[in-house]
Amino acid sequence: MGDFLMPSLGADMESGTVLEWRVRPGDTVHRGDIVAVVDTEKSTIEIEVFEDGIVDELLVEAGAEVPVGTPLARIGAATAQPAEAARPKPARPKARPRPAHRKAAPSNAARPQAAEHVRASPLARRRAAERDIDLAAVGGSGPGGAVVAADLERAAVTGPPAPTPAAEAAPEPAAARRDDRQAAMRHAIGVLMARSAREIPHYHLATTIDLSAALRWLTAANERRSVSERLLPGALLLRATALAAREVPALNGFWVDDGFRPSAVVHLGVAVSLRGGGLVAPALHDADRLTLDELMAGLRDLVGRARAGRLRSSEMADPTLTVTNLGDQGVDEVHGVIYAPQVALIGFGKVAERPWASGGMLGVRPTVRATLAADHRASDGMIGARFLNALDRLLQTPEDL
Amino acid sequence: MTVERDRGLHLLRELVRIRRFEERCVELYSATEIRGFLHLYIGEEAVAVGVMDALGPDDAIVATYRDHGHALARGVPAEAVMAEMLGKVEGTSRGRGGSMHLFDRAAHFYGGNAIVGGGLPLAGGLALADMMQHRPHVTACFFGEGAVAEGEFHETMNLAALWHLPVLFCCENNLYAMGTALERSEAVTDLAMRAAGSGMPAWPIDGLDVLAVADAADRAVLHVRGGGGPVFLELRTYRFRAHSMYDPERYRSKDEVEAWRMRDPVGLLTERLRADGLLADEDLAAIEDETAAEIDAAVEAARAGTLEPVEDLTRFVTSEAPA
Amino acid sequence: MKTTYREAMRDALRDALTRDERVFLMGEDVGRYGGCFAVSLGLLEEFGPERVRDTPLSESGFVGAGIGAALGGMRPIVEIMTVNFSLLALDQIVNNAATLLHMSGGQFNVPVVIRMATGAGRQLAAQHSHSLEAWYAHVPGIRAVAPATIEDARGMLWTALCDPDPVVVFEHGTLYNVEGELADDAAPTDIDRAAIRRPGSDLTLIAYGGTLGKALGAAEELRADGIDAEVVDLRTLRPLDTATIVESVTRTHRAVVVDEGWRTGSLAAEVSAQITENAFYDLDAPVARVCSAEVPIPYARHLEEAALPQVPDIVAAAKELGA
Repeated sequence: MGDFLMPSLGADMESGTVLEWRVRPGDTVHRGDIVAVVDTEKSTIEIEVFEDGIVDELLVEAGAEVPVGTPLARIGAATAQPAEAARPKPARPKARPRPAHRKAAPSNAARPQAAEHVRASPLARRRAAERDIDLAAVGGSGPGGAVVAADLERAAVTGPPAPTPAAEAAPEPAAARRDDRQAAMRHAIGVLMARSAREIPHYHLATTIDLSAALRWLTAANERRSVSERLLPGALLLRATALAAREVPALNGFWVDDGFRPSAVVHLGVAVSLRGGGLVAPALHDADRLTLDELMAGLRDLVGRARAGRLRSSEMADPTLTVTNLGDQGVDEVHGVIYAPQVALIGFGKVAERPWASGGMLGVRPTVRATLAADHRASDGMIGARFLNALDRLLQTPEDL
Repeated sequence: MTVERDRGLHLLRELVRIRRFEERCVELYSATEIRGFLHLYIGEEAVAVGVMDALGPDDAIVATYRDHGHALARGVPAEAVMAEMLGKVEGTSRGRGGSMHLFDRAAHFYGGNAIVGGGLPLAGGLALADMMQHRPHVTACFFGEGAVAEGEFHETMNLAALWHLPVLFCCENNLYAMGTALERSEAVTDLAMRAAGSGMPAWPIDGLDVLAVADAADRAVLHVRGGGGPVFLELRTYRFRAHSMYDPERYRSKDEVEAWRMRDPVGLLTERLRADGLLADEDLAAIEDETAAEIDAAVEAARAGTLEPVEDLTRFVTSEAPA
Repeated sequence: MKTTYREAMRDALRDALTRDERVFLMGEDVGRYGGCFAVSLGLLEEFGPERVRDTPLSESGFVGAGIGAALGGMRPIVEIMTVNFSLLALDQIVNNAATLLHMSGGQFNVPVVIRMATGAGRQLAAQHSHSLEAWYAHVPGIRAVAPATIEDARGMLWTALCDPDPVVVFEHGTLYNVEGELADDAAPTDIDRAAIRRPGSDLTLIAYGGTLGKALGAAEELRADGIDAEVVDLRTLRPLDTATIVESVTRTHRAVVVDEGWRTGSLAAEVSAQITENAFYDLDAPVARVCSAEVPIPYARHLEEAALPQVPDIVAAAKELGA
């Protein structure tokens, strides 16, 4: 325990001005807590303490400019109080009269307690730190109930996964647990989406696609299939999206380290809404290389497992482009938020008969609104338009899909 | 047995070199300049000197951890040996071997081997390589009588006899394997007889008499080099000092040591040469002076030597690509 | 062409004996018997008793002779029937082959290749079923390789012979009968790198020698469950190709190390430590190991099977990691 010094916040910093104290004598501080705000020549910086202890005394008043290395406060041992009490001299009072000019310190109640140790994989820890995700709010599905990377992905979009048997061992009312998970899910979605909205300069494009050829083909194709093998229009849309992604690779990949990294493979994230609320977007691996039947089977399997909470980590971790289809919910179009670090999100609304003008004639055709939300750092509108055009073109020749 | 004056003086010089070199080692060890194990050859010098005298420049030598005498008698420079003991780059092994592991490629000196019996198979292999490549070389393999109890001794003796390998087995029988007397470790103490059981000529020799050793080695080398297969020499000798630098010598009496010292190989040859009128006092003084100068120079050079940089610690674990 | 691991190894021996006159094969029953695993069958007739050399049952003697012959300029291939018997030669391998270069300050390298069968799985009980590769992989100065495929059986030997330092080759006993395709123009393969035998994205199974096939089998089973396992074949056990291991695990975030050695102090432990040291922040689950049970390998079939790593064990370990 010892003196808390005016830190050097840069090689060229020689002195700093204490603008504000965030602690008072008697306060317990933990390593990493913000204890003061210091003004340097460059900016105002919150400074942290590097040890655990109790603030003994503030040595520099707010407003004073002192050189780097000057003691600003004295920090006593956290456990020292009983020992101090035993000393002949009276123990230092916990709180001393405040100097009149001191600003009121903000309430310490809001400061988070030192986090309990959360069981988490190193990878999950690293990613959580990178994305400002609170590990404690994420349920773990890994070995021994540890939070693994997939839980972060899942939490980011939905919320905690179905608990593992180990996690379930803790006796806890089911309803309360569900509520907690709902809250954690909202929190996680909030964190990720807020970050996405904050950091990704989105641009949005939309186009209406005539699906008469596709649905005609689908009806004929399904006549030869048993009920369980029938193809759904959604599968056609996914197949076309996957092929379009291969054609326009600038939308298929990740924005990392201030640069776009195209992906060599097309793993389509498929947004699946969950019955209890929330959604997940697991990957259909190598969607561009699956036949329609494989894709349909994959989709059924994925939706089933997503709703049963049995997704695999790799499916959660590595979609290269996500598709959200809210047609079932009756909406016309979706203007989505990109799921970082991906750089685009494809949305489909309901397939519906709409008036359709063509060649000077007005008719009625089954159509769908396809939308694209894309990251302007990675691509421009022209690229996005090329993608939607490719999607349209591919859906006009369904026999080639 | 007659001896020519030049040869006699040469053999004496070699005996004295080894003796004085090791005496200096004792000093340096006491002054903590030499560390680790230091096994002195004092008393046994006639073995190395006599055998080396019989070998040619292309013959190979495999020695034991008591190897200063073998190295010096073989012509490994005293400077390099001393530098090795002081752990210097200029040492025979750049300071990585120390007293027990002297090596010299130019001298075909394949090392002091510190595992009793461990050098024998190597010698067999070196001889095998010579035989397969039709080189008329002999590999002289030194080992103590303690090695006779090791499996590697019997395995190699058998293999060498079976394959007619050109190995000269030089068993330095100093009667004690560290502290265990021969009769306390071997049921049959006549080692030459035991070796003969492996199917090779085996002769017991007075290992304190350098002329006897040199003579026997000459004949043995002739046999081996001529394709007659291996020969085993039991060189009966005695270690005048402790096993390593110091030991309490509880395993033998002072009287016994004193009795053997009466037949000190340096003294034996000196008397012999004097008796034959081949050695004058000034010859002996000259030998001592030259030897002292050589050793002084070796110590000085070794002290002035350089230490291997620690960054090079892991060199020579695997071969380095030629620069 | 269709061939077996055994024939591929024999072709490699034949090729080496043909290419370089300094190469010879030496070991117990390598000649007239044709090799205890019939690897060298026919080579005696082809190359004669000088170069396909039957030895007495003297592991230390003939392994040491191989080391000595390597020192003497030959390129010996020493066959020890099995790793179990290599313990009798451990002194020569560890105290001589591995140390001579270093102890001699870089003067004497040892270009010897020591082959041995290893492993269990044939109901041969404890003394014929050891997997002690880790012991050798522990020792600096030795390169240890484990050809697990027909291609490597054919390709690793020549590269090993070209290595200036000792190489120990471990051939798993259950591999000799494995059949497969080998390119007509199969060439020497490197002995430095691990190989990704099956690419995958969900987790990495790391195996070598006799466990490679089991890891590949497990990967197939996992695929049926939708888990896409990558399989890394270590190939070289020392020095470990840490880069390939770490690169794979960095992608998959999970690792299961499969090793027929006992878990305690195993090669799997080393691989696991390397992963933890080098890929910690990419790990999404603890590194898992599937090793042999800590028991001398028993004779009875059901007990032996239970003692060794099996496909279901690997599958279970993989699933436990939540891939």
